[in-house]
Amino acid sequence: MKVLVPVKRVIDYNVKVRVKADGSGVDLANVKMSMNPFDEIAVEQAIRLREAGKADEVVAVSIGVKQSQETLRTALAMGADRAILVIAADDVHTDIEPLAVAKILKAIVDEEQPGIVLAGKQAIDNDMNATGQMLSALLGWSQGTFASELDVDGDSATVTREVDGGLQTIKVKMPAIITVDLRLNEPRYASLPNIMKAKKKPLDEKTAADYGVDVTPRLEIVGTTEPEARAAGIKVGSVDELVEKLKEAGAV
Amino acid sequence: MAVLLLAEVTDGELALDATAKAVTAAAKLGDVTALCAGANAAAAGEAAAKIEGVSKVLVAEDASLGHRLAEPTAALIASLAGDYEHIVAPATTDAKNVLPRVAALLDVMVISDVSGVVDGNTFERPIYAGNAIQTVKSSDSKKVVSFRTSTFDAAGEDGSASVETIGAAADPALSEWVEDKVAASDRPELTSAGVVVSGGRGVGSEESFALIETLADKLGAAVGASRAAVDSGYAPNDWQVGQTGKVVAPDLYVAVGISGAIQHLAGMKDSKIIVAINKDEEAPIFQVADFGLVADLFDAVPELTEKLG
Ligand SMILES: Cc1cc2nc3c(=O)[nH]c(=O)nc-3n(C[C@H](O)[C@H](O)[C@H](O)COP(=O)(O)OP(=O)(O)OC[C@H]3O[C@@H](n4cnc5c(N)ncnc54)[C@H](O)[C@@H]3O)c2cc1C
Ligand SMILES: Nc1ncnc2c1ncn2[C@@H]1O[C@H](COP(=O)(O)O)[C@@H](O)[C@H]1O
Repeated sequence: MKVLVPVKRVIDYNVKVRVKADGSGVDLANVKMSMNPFDEIAVEQAIRLREAGKADEVVAVSIGVKQSQETLRTALAMGADRAILVIAADDVHTDIEPLAVAKILKAIVDEEQPGIVLAGKQAIDNDMNATGQMLSALLGWSQGTFASELDVDGDSATVTREVDGGLQTIKVKMPAIITVDLRLNEPRYASLPNIMKAKKKPLDEKTAADYGVDVTPRLEIVGTTEPEARAAGIKVGSVDELVEKLKEAGAV
Repeated sequence: MAVLLLAEVTDGELALDATAKAVTAAAKLGDVTALCAGANAAAAGEAAAKIEGVSKVLVAEDASLGHRLAEPTAALIASLAGDYEHIVAPATTDAKNVLPRVAALLDVMVISDVSGVVDGNTFERPIYAGNAIQTVKSSDSKKVVSFRTSTFDAAGEDGSASVETIGAAADPALSEWVEDKVAASDRPELTSAGVVVSGGRGVGSEESFALIETLADKLGAAVGASRAAVDSGYAPNDWQVGQTGKVVAPDLYVAVGISGAIQHLAGMKDSKIIVAINKDEEAPIFQVADFGLVADLFDAVPELTEKLG
């Protein structure tokens, strides 16, 4: 079985995001970019499936600017076998919408015929939480979202999902789209020898046009603003003072 | 212009607070029809009919809809979509599971976690863990939208909508439910509670989390946690507050032993009053706290619990 893992290049989760003064978006010039943290978890899970003998090939895919090849090299260094880069934008500030990403992924799935797609639950830049579900709809496949446990067993997979009420376990028919949550695993670090080896692994370059997908956004970004800042608070010196302040504020 | 709202129904019961908050947002878009789907949904339908702003309720009862599985639920909504310009829901994990699937079936984008309605095509939503607010204008013929409930007030309960029973769509039979692990609790629900007390890694163990729970019970509060506390097994996953957990905006939020990473702030910084208890005076949580107490939580929390008596 082949595993397909879509990985997105996003602003590193440690970077403090700044909104551009002209309201046109956030400033991504010269900031550290990394693989979306959820996608690292997906790559790790894919490699574990291969290590467990349940998968024989792990293919990482990224859609976006040319620099996304760095993200793919990271996936390869972690242990993915090969990668596909779909260049669909030439400016880091252009985000490809989940619907367009899902359409490109569908075309790749049709070509590659993976038995499972492991995506992240959410990209930490647009916070959409949509691509896996959309791909699943386009393919007519089952979906197991927000997975914190995954057990692939022949023609079905058991997925434990993190939901508002706690945990839900479902059984999905294969092939399936799984989106992974934070507690599924702890991704490995790429070792230096593996980083070197990754440079030689195959990385195919394509464009959105190769798949006949129109990536024109459906949502026009009218403006981007900073959220309202909170008024500065105070430090209290003791529990007594805290209780007093809370009473004054009518909070208790 | 008609709006179809997927009501939040769990085990036949309507989650009134989440649904009523989404109705407030949806009513800005047009006439709201609430869809209650489940193996049993009639009682939920009756409850939804009382929400002010709901003009009609559709009840779909079918075994395939029983555990909010995405595929049959999305198929049902897509089959109804012809009559509506907007398809909306509160931004719960259920809706996040279902709505993008519906949107793709309709070949439109989904607009997740909307915090403000500008007009029928234009919405505000937080991005980058709430560090920026983006206004987007949809060019799609249908808008599929989830509403962040913490930013809308619940609609009242004096309504009397008509209730109609409908059938399910054909079940794609792609997945089946195995089990739910839900911890029963007498505490208020996290996303609707007026007071939330949350513990972080600083609490140190599952046993010590009892300190947080005792303080919460004294305040009639819900209990929350940081990701680190959940990852470490001190608290269950459904207590996680943050970018990838629940978003809360209570009147009072007490953060104990939480450093205040942006991913945590994303889930609580719209709270009215924020209290932080942390032994590190440099902790970023103090930058958003109205009242900060630099102290060891193992001294401060028992003392606070006692003095709130
Ligand atoms: C993709 C992604 C998504 C994430 N989503 C979320 C999310 O939804 N929610 C979330 O919370 N985090 C999330 N995180 C994690 C986040 O980045 C932080 O790692 C996490 O919030 C830290 O939790 P913490 O504050 O409990 O732990 P720490 O950062 O370790 O802080 C512990 C604090 O406790 C204090 N402390 C220790 N002992 C005591 C004591 N005895 N008395 C008083 N204070 C004490 C310390 O001074 C410290 O400030 C996410 C991260 C990523 C990468
Ligand atoms: N441009 C992209 N390239 C590759 N994978 C993507 C891209 N956008 C989204 N994904 C995948 O879809 C998941 C969810 O993203 P989103 O729906 O944007 O929140 C991510 O974690 C990735 O696995």
